[in-house]
Amino acid sequence: MTLRTVEMALATTGVDAAGHPARVPLGLSDENGAYREDLGAERMLVNIGPQHPATHGVLRLVLELEGETVKRCIPHIGYLHSGFEKLGEYRHYNQIIPLTDRTDYLSPMANNVGLALAVEALMGIELTERCKVLRVIACEMSRIISHLVWLGTTGIDLGAFTPFLWSFQERERIYNLQESWTGARLTTSLTRVGGLMADIPEGWEAGLREFTSTFPKTLEEVDTMFTRNAIWIGRTQGVGALTADEAINFSLSGPMLRASGVDYDVRKDRPYLDYETYDFDVPVGEYGDIYDRYRVRLEEMTQSNRILEQALDRLSRLKGAPINVSDPRVVLPPKSRAMSDMEAMIFHFKQVMEGIKPPAGEVYLGVENPKGELGYYIVSDGTSKPVRWRIRPPSFINLASLPTMCEGSLLSDVIAINASVDIVMGEVDR
Amino acid sequence: MSSISPSVAALRSQFGAAIERHLISSAQTIVYVSRDRLHDVLAWLKDSPGQDFNYLTDVTAVDYRDPERPLEVVYQLRSLGRRADLRIKVALDKRAPLEVRTVYDLWRGADWLEREVFDMFGVSFTGHPDLRRILMWETYAEGYPLRKDFPLRGHFSRAEQTRQALAANPEAHYSLEELSMAEAYGELPQDMQERLARGERGFLK
Repeated sequence: MTLRTVEMALATTGVDAAGHPARVPLGLSDENGAYREDLGAERMLVNIGPQHPATHGVLRLVLELEGETVKRCIPHIGYLHSGFEKLGEYRHYNQIIPLTDRTDYLSPMANNVGLALAVEALMGIELTERCKVLRVIACEMSRIISHLVWLGTTGIDLGAFTPFLWSFQERERIYNLQESWTGARLTTSLTRVGGLMADIPEGWEAGLREFTSTFPKTLEEVDTMFTRNAIWIGRTQGVGALTADEAINFSLSGPMLRASGVDYDVRKDRPYLDYETYDFDVPVGEYGDIYDRYRVRLEEMTQSNRILEQALDRLSRLKGAPINVSDPRVVLPPKSRAMSDMEAMIFHFKQVMEGIKPPAGEVYLGVENPKGELGYYIVSDGTSKPVRWRIRPPSFINLASLPTMCEGSLLSDVIAINASVDIVMGEVDR
Repeated sequence: MSSISPSVAALRSQFGAAIERHLISSAQTIVYVSRDRLHDVLAWLKDSPGQDFNYLTDVTAVDYRDPERPLEVVYQLRSLGRRADLRIKVALDKRAPLEVRTVYDLWRGADWLEREVFDMFGVSFTGHPDLRRILMWETYAEGYPLRKDFPLRGHFSRAEQTRQALAANPEAHYSLEELSMAEAYGELPQDMQERLARGERGFLK
């Protein structure tokens, strides 16, 4: 018996130009035209998103199902496309920093740091000690809050509600610190080329110390709740697995790459901000499945906590040290000097009116963001606005492996696999 | 770090004149390759034991402000084992069709990256199995947004952009590919097939 497709009207019917009702084929019929209830032989198109809580943003997946098995998965993205790269071509370098807040909006401070580092590499600027330590703190705080969101939402996707509350409670503490430092919870715009927008306020270190001393206890609780949990193991082990070769071939980065057993961390292998002087380990998985991605991210939070503690020790030795380079090309003079000193006023004027001018040239700089390697590729023609500002978006590239991971798995696994990629649509669509 | 990557000398001895020039910017080596040999060069860099550039970090393009200057497609390569990076560029004359052979067969990671370059710059990657717009919608008709001749607010007027946005119905939109995948394409009415063939994918009402 040959099967053929039955056309069924969509819930959102309309008419085409000829007045026919909208019809989209959804199921199969036998040759007599009767609709078959036999689910085993039926092929079905299922649409998930773009407005669906389990797609973690405005991602739309169209799945072809045979029974409950996914035959094909076609992602549709672009619903949050904002044209940041185009906008950047019309802005001074320091004006691009607010755009980076809005790409991966779960770790805005780390994005700010990456952009500033790229422009500084283009200009050959050597940062001050205190600035480097503060930027490391910003990066590692971002890694913790981003992984906490991942942990909480993935737990919810798989039916575990409690760890979501724990992780968001901890995340709130970092957000409070972030807010008292930068004045914003999300749109931090922390860095400037050559330094930072502001030093940390008085007594801020004590708050972070308090966090780093109590945070490991929450991680232990999460570990107790998940790592040996039979349901969690059943839903994650062996699901969505990618081998090391596949992970490299798909250009994956960050926890997705390391969970597949590839030992590459930009902080270790292309150190920036003196990461090579910090004592921390890079967790690497073995099987490349969702469970390993969970283990890698959980351990990364522990390691980030270690880095934060070391950075705080260094910070206490650098009290009162400058956060900005003393380079009048890039850093504004103090307002009091700009109002009283002719030369300082000229520098102030030139920077505000013309912007920073890196030399003609180009640079690619990658930083290890929570989602993976965030790269900034900047092409300058010597003017104050970049010719090209390219974001290498880790979650966009990681998401491209989703169809391969989903095909052949069950519909319910698609939710788990999609969660394990850790996407932020602001960054995927840019 | 500031010295030339040893891969340049190896490339020159292997490919000769196909290696057009090289330069260093911010201590990073950039090699310009002729378009005809680009795929061979990338395949050689990927698979030669001494090179081993097994990881495609990024694919993007640059359109310069000078309208005479060719558009460049940029490949960021990395050898994970050797911890080495190399940037390969191919310059495309904007008066000729913008075409490059795909590297999808070398790195699956090139799939979406090449689609994005096609979407934003209009560069066709010949041999790419699924080259269609990725960030903009499939019926987007204003051109290629990251080209320098594309105005910041788009080619169409605000009124026209609003009219098109209101006319679109993204929830009832199944692409041609999705319809064909359901083995239903042949079953569609003739007029609908013709409309699909004309590319009217966004308005399948």
